[in-house]
Amino acid sequence: MSIQVRNLNAWYGRSQALYDINLSFSSLGATAVIGPSGCGKSTFVRCLNRMHEEVEGGRVQGEVVIEGVNIYARQIQPMYVRRRIGMVFQRPNPIPTLSIFDNVALGPRLNGLARGAALKERVERSLLEAALWNEVKDRLGEAAAQLSGGQQQRLCIARALAIEPKVVLMDEPASALDPISTFQVEELINQLKSSYPVIVVTHNMQQAGRIADQTAFFLQGRLIEVGETTKFFSHPAQKETEDYITGRFS
Amino acid sequence: MQQSLSGARIVARLLGGGSRRLSDTLFRGFTLLLVLVVVVVIAGVTWVLVSNSMPTIQTFGWSFLTNQAFDPVHNVFGVGPAIFGTLVTSAFALIFAVPIGVGTAIFLVDFCPRPLQRPLAFIVELLAAVPSIIYGLFAFLALAPWLQSGLEPWLQKYLGFLPFFQGSFHGLSLLTAGVILVIMVLPLITSVSREVILTTPTAQREALLALGATRWEVIRHAVLPYARIGITGGVILALGRALGETMAVTLAIGNQASPIGPSLFNTGYTLSSVIANQFNEATPGLFFSAVIEAGLLVFIITLITNIIARLLIYSMGHRVGGLTT
Amino acid sequence: MSVLVEQQPPPAANPFQAPRTAHNARRRASSIAIVVLSGLSTAFAVAVLLFLLVYVLRQGLPYINIDLFTKIPTPNGEPGGGLGPSIQGSLILVGLASLFGIPLGLFVGIYLSEFGGRGAIAMGVRFLVDVLAGVPTIIFGLFIWILVVVPQQSFSGLAGGLALGIIMIPIVARTSEEVLRLVPKELREASLALGATESRTILRVVVPAASSGIITGIVLAMARVAGETAPLLMTAFGNPFFSADITRPIDALPLRIFNFADSPYQAQINQAYAGSLVLIVLILITSFAIRWATGGFKRSVR
Repeated sequence: MSIQVRNLNAWYGRSQALYDINLSFSSLGATAVIGPSGCGKSTFVRCLNRMHEEVEGGRVQGEVVIEGVNIYARQIQPMYVRRRIGMVFQRPNPIPTLSIFDNVALGPRLNGLARGAALKERVERSLLEAALWNEVKDRLGEAAAQLSGGQQQRLCIARALAIEPKVVLMDEPASALDPISTFQVEELINQLKSSYPVIVVTHNMQQAGRIADQTAFFLQGRLIEVGETTKFFSHPAQKETEDYITGRFS
Repeated sequence: MQQSLSGARIVARLLGGGSRRLSDTLFRGFTLLLVLVVVVVIAGVTWVLVSNSMPTIQTFGWSFLTNQAFDPVHNVFGVGPAIFGTLVTSAFALIFAVPIGVGTAIFLVDFCPRPLQRPLAFIVELLAAVPSIIYGLFAFLALAPWLQSGLEPWLQKYLGFLPFFQGSFHGLSLLTAGVILVIMVLPLITSVSREVILTTPTAQREALLALGATRWEVIRHAVLPYARIGITGGVILALGRALGETMAVTLAIGNQASPIGPSLFNTGYTLSSVIANQFNEATPGLFFSAVIEAGLLVFIITLITNIIARLLIYSMGHRVGGLTT
Repeated sequence: MSVLVEQQPPPAANPFQAPRTAHNARRRASSIAIVVLSGLSTAFAVAVLLFLLVYVLRQGLPYINIDLFTKIPTPNGEPGGGLGPSIQGSLILVGLASLFGIPLGLFVGIYLSEFGGRGAIAMGVRFLVDVLAGVPTIIFGLFIWILVVVPQQSFSGLAGGLALGIIMIPIVARTSEEVLRLVPKELREASLALGATESRTILRVVVPAASSGIITGIVLAMARVAGETAPLLMTAFGNPFFSADITRPIDALPLRIFNFADSPYQAQINQAYAGSLVLIVLILITSFAIRWATGGFKRSVR
């Protein structure tokens, strides 16, 4: 199963944020999306699960084809697109009033995916996948707000995994975390990429090198270059890419 | 700020004049004096009310609150029916104003088309700006007759099994007062709720959206848990407003004693309407003291609701007031 | 042995199509329901206001004429006459109230913004101001009644002005504090650095910088007290004749409306509506003016 982005354009009100993006992702593995701030990488990723439209003045044109279906087709409702795509945000955002269990169970409950024993099993599975189960298995009823930052982020990853997503999107998932938690999240991504296509926005090029099979470079709303990661960093094809990588601008 | 202050001091000294310090002290003193006046006013209100209700407090004690008769002729005073009327009309007002008010706030923030949002919010806030005498006039001349000839018979016909809608119809009644209070507290609930809902962190909304939640689910799981405390504060503020409302209720409620019973069609009176109606008749002595004590009761209950509400709203980091309320 | 129950229906050919389950139908229904119910609530609120405005307009407009503003009420509901004394009285009362309320409110606002900051005393004062704002206005009427009217054995315009002035204080104080806080601290620092004293800085620099907001707050407070009735019942009391003597009872528009509301004479009821229309127009004008002055409808950006 693959993901194809065709002629994707996006706007915030009148100002255009993405220009004619064409890109493919394979069915498994991690892709890093890098670029200086304001280059449109977050916007891009939010277009992949139709979150961009929720912003005031957000508008999208183009196609995103996942498993053969264009998610921007007229008859597709954004809500059901998001139901099948998981997203993890920069700042961990568990629902503070809910318990750890309820946070992970939220997606399956809302969408009617599992109940009772099946739900418990699904929550456990997701927490295991997110490498959090051992730390919380005895305190599933505690409020999610009690966890540390790194744990909360892994909780959010578990929450995203609980809906059995087709794609996992991550918008700078480690940038608000301490180095140890960052390491844990990166380890997690390296594991998840063998089961899901994972797309990670990051401003940290070393991180891209550590986790991604494929890297895409955005600049001012345009896709400048995309390629296999090691080759991308050692022999970039475009001058702008080389300038960015060598730190001429950031 | 400290650094430029000392620099300023040096410059000031260079520019000369020892009167500088004096004018500052005078100004500060003057300001503090006026602040003190305001503090004294509040203390004064409390003191004046308490000391002038002493006669009835000493004569009747707690039974003042339960006595059914407000009888100047026999010098027996009680505000039982008044408290009943106050509580019933306020409760009625909240029962309807809370869902309508919170619903309006939700619509204005989440569903309303952007260009309409602010004009509509403004219109709803205008409801709060209308003087209560006009609500009273409207209730007396238009609402009451309509209720008596239209709504009350209808209510008795279809819902007459409920004790609330039994008994004879009066235009001026607890029901009329309750209805006008709904309209009067509605804008307060809406504006507080709206303010609180607007500050729901986007991150929470996005978390729900990314799971494929419907609009209602986003509100239910991301917005309402966050806004709950502030909305409750707004509701309590509205309760305080309803408990203390005078003019509209005085004109709407009939101001006649009815036996305390569940029917909303009965006439009644409230603590505030007692004050409004009786102050001019009040002869010195127990009568006078009874009117003041009614005022003291209103003061205390609204004080308590106000404090609780503010504490709730403060705890969310807001402060209700300024140019919107 | 437990049977794991997964609720998923047979997979749709299109994974992004909504599965047609009862659960999803319920979700859709509840989402639609909330939009409809909240929309109806809003419609109700808006409709009530519009209905009220139109109603008062229709009942009162025919009786708006010059006489309304210049003549005194006729006895026994004879046709003609006007609400002149009421309007004049209201103007006098609002003026008196402003005399007390504006300085007190403004300086409390200055104190809270410039001297108090986050200190405990300032928090206390702020709290008391909020308390003051929540007291039903009839209580202030009682307060002044006991303090001024009863000892003087006479209702008076002065008493009415005092009661209304107290009501103005928290409104002016809160809005003043709010706008004074918004004045950038660089302005204060620049003034002090130029050698101005603190008092001069506040009075000549900061307050003028916030003046439009302060004036807005004052206008708001004045409009508020112009519509107040309860505190005037037992202080100003009312007077059907023109009088500018503030030591005697004086009339006010809301008082006259209250008086005429339950009158047996249709002519007086008509004038009550006319007076209400005047009040409502006043409120509408000030509300729009305030919105316009505060840069139209702030605080609704999400």
